[in-house]
Amino acid sequence: MSYLSLPELTRSLWKVWFRNKDVFMKTFMVNFIPSFIQPLLYLFAFGFGVGNSIDLMDGVSYIRFIAPALIAVGIMEASFFECTFASYVRMYYQKTFEAIIATPLSIEEVIAGELLWGATKSVVNTIIMLPIFAFFGIIDFPSSLLLIPFSFLAGLLFAAIGMCFTAISPSIDTLNYPTFLFITPMFLFSGTFFSLSLMPDAIRYFALAALPLTHVVIIIRSLTLTRLDPFLYISFVWIIIATLIFFVLSINLMKKRLIV
Amino acid sequence: MIEAEALEKRYGGFIAVDKISFKVKEGEVFGFLGPNGAGKTTTMKMIQCVSPKDFGKLEVFGMDVSTDQRKIKGLLGVMPQENNLDPDFSVYQNLLIYSRYFNIPQRKAENIIEELLDFVMLNEKKDTLTTLLSGGMKRRLLLARALLNNPRLLVLDEPTVGMDPQARHLIWDKVKKLRSQGNTIVLSTHYLEEAQRLCDRLVIMDNGKILVEGKPLELIKEYIGTEIVEAENNPAALSCLEKTSSKFEVVGDTIHVYTDEPQRVMNALLKECDFGKVIVRRATLEDVFLKFTGRKMRD
Ligand SMILES: Nc1ncnc2c1ncn2[C@@H]1O[C@H](COP(=O)(O)OP(=O)(O)OP(=O)(O)O)[C@@H](O)[C@H]1O
Ligand SMILES: [Mg+2]
Repeated sequence: MSYLSLPELTRSLWKVWFRNKDVFMKTFMVNFIPSFIQPLLYLFAFGFGVGNSIDLMDGVSYIRFIAPALIAVGIMEASFFECTFASYVRMYYQKTFEAIIATPLSIEEVIAGELLWGATKSVVNTIIMLPIFAFFGIIDFPSSLLLIPFSFLAGLLFAAIGMCFTAISPSIDTLNYPTFLFITPMFLFSGTFFSLSLMPDAIRYFALAALPLTHVVIIIRSLTLTRLDPFLYISFVWIIIATLIFFVLSINLMKKRLIV
Repeated sequence: MIEAEALEKRYGGFIAVDKISFKVKEGEVFGFLGPNGAGKTTTMKMIQCVSPKDFGKLEVFGMDVSTDQRKIKGLLGVMPQENNLDPDFSVYQNLLIYSRYFNIPQRKAENIIEELLDFVMLNEKKDTLTTLLSGGMKRRLLLARALLNNPRLLVLDEPTVGMDPQARHLIWDKVKKLRSQGNTIVLSTHYLEEAQRLCDRLVIMDNGKILVEGKPLELIKEYIGTEIVEAENNPAALSCLEKTSSKFEVVGDTIHVYTDEPQRVMNALLKECDFGKVIVRRATLEDVFLKFTGRKMRD
């Protein structure tokens, strides 16, 4: 079995998505609050706090500069944490996957359903954030509406990356490593809170080559500022290719872990 | 129904199931017995198509477990040894959500679930979260879940573990009822009385191998005899017994004499040898089990 063999998937995978949606809806209000509060905190701290001492960043006000980054970070965290800690709990502690694969569903479909659900969490997060940002008038419409479908794609990418870590993590505690060594640097160095052009070349190239969030931020910033970035199309292709690779890889890694 | 030939399963270098062959016929209750780690669950997981076989042949409903997993799984009902109910949902929701995985339309599923909840007597708990059920109730819910898709073959891995006598009898009745409706059932158990009552045929496994196969009563008759005379173990009794031609075994501080004519043996022993306390009891499957798997504890 190769790490990149294409999984056979049927529509049944949506039943896994529905299962997770049903759990989510049971506690919708509780789930809603963090997605709502977190961007507000960042906006006040960075936008109004730090922002007052910075004139312009890349030609726009600081708060308009970081608004897309906050949306991008929200997308990343929503699906990454769903497909790492939450999926790990379902896989290891709740034995949910084990129960489902005793039915006609296959493990490939279970994982694919989990990934699509992770991506959905990103979409939900974006939908909650958009009105807040619209209220402050710091993102452009209608172009920002494209963020909703784009959140699914970007969410799927981080879901798949997270699921790869879940598949190889010996315990739930070791999932803290990718959080600190991957998510935190991305949070800081992906052109999020300061422009990549301020960075030394080495870091800039590294961010463009290896940090998925960089490309997500480029696209989102293009949409919220209605401003074409020269990297826009390259970023889009980068995300599509990376998503496909990690989607397939995560399913194969999970299969290797669970089917013994 | 199930046909296994030289079926083998390894975990790394460790052989968990070692070239076993057996056949399960349509409509029978077939048992897997054996000490902890014998390979019962491993064998059942291969039948359920959730754990791939390494060597040999395994067919369920005439289909190969390596290629027709989806079809086989659709016709199976599985009750796992370890609870994997969904802790995020209530009893009722557990069944409803599981029914979706089998493509059962919601309307139909609701009717089936009502019936099944009555069947396992959990109707009062239908809105309880599964984490709040008692151990035996969880097992009953797992049985109900296994029956959702009206399976042709039921695989029950230690169905009555942790159940009170009432619940255990309930499960036995259910198994018998399902059998009388023509269902085929494969089960594993550590309760030999249960195996003796329920199983048409069974195998005793140890270290991944099948040691013996047969019908419970025939196994008892063939390997033990119908009756056992138990007497206190002391050197005098032993040397006396050795002079008679009885078949016997020393088990701790008792001597087991295997026989079909308990009265004659007992009288003879009481008269010829100086036995204190002597009791006669029917031989059971447990005697066969211990004879084949030894009396040492397993790790
Ligand atoms: N996933 C696994 N990885 C490695 N070894 C395993 C795995 N599953 C089972 N084994 C080993 O295979 C052997 C058979 O296990 P199995 O679960 O089939 O036993 P069992 O007969 O069901 O025992 P019990 O009565 O305790 O349930 C055991 O030695 C066990 O440690
Ligand atoms: Mg077992």
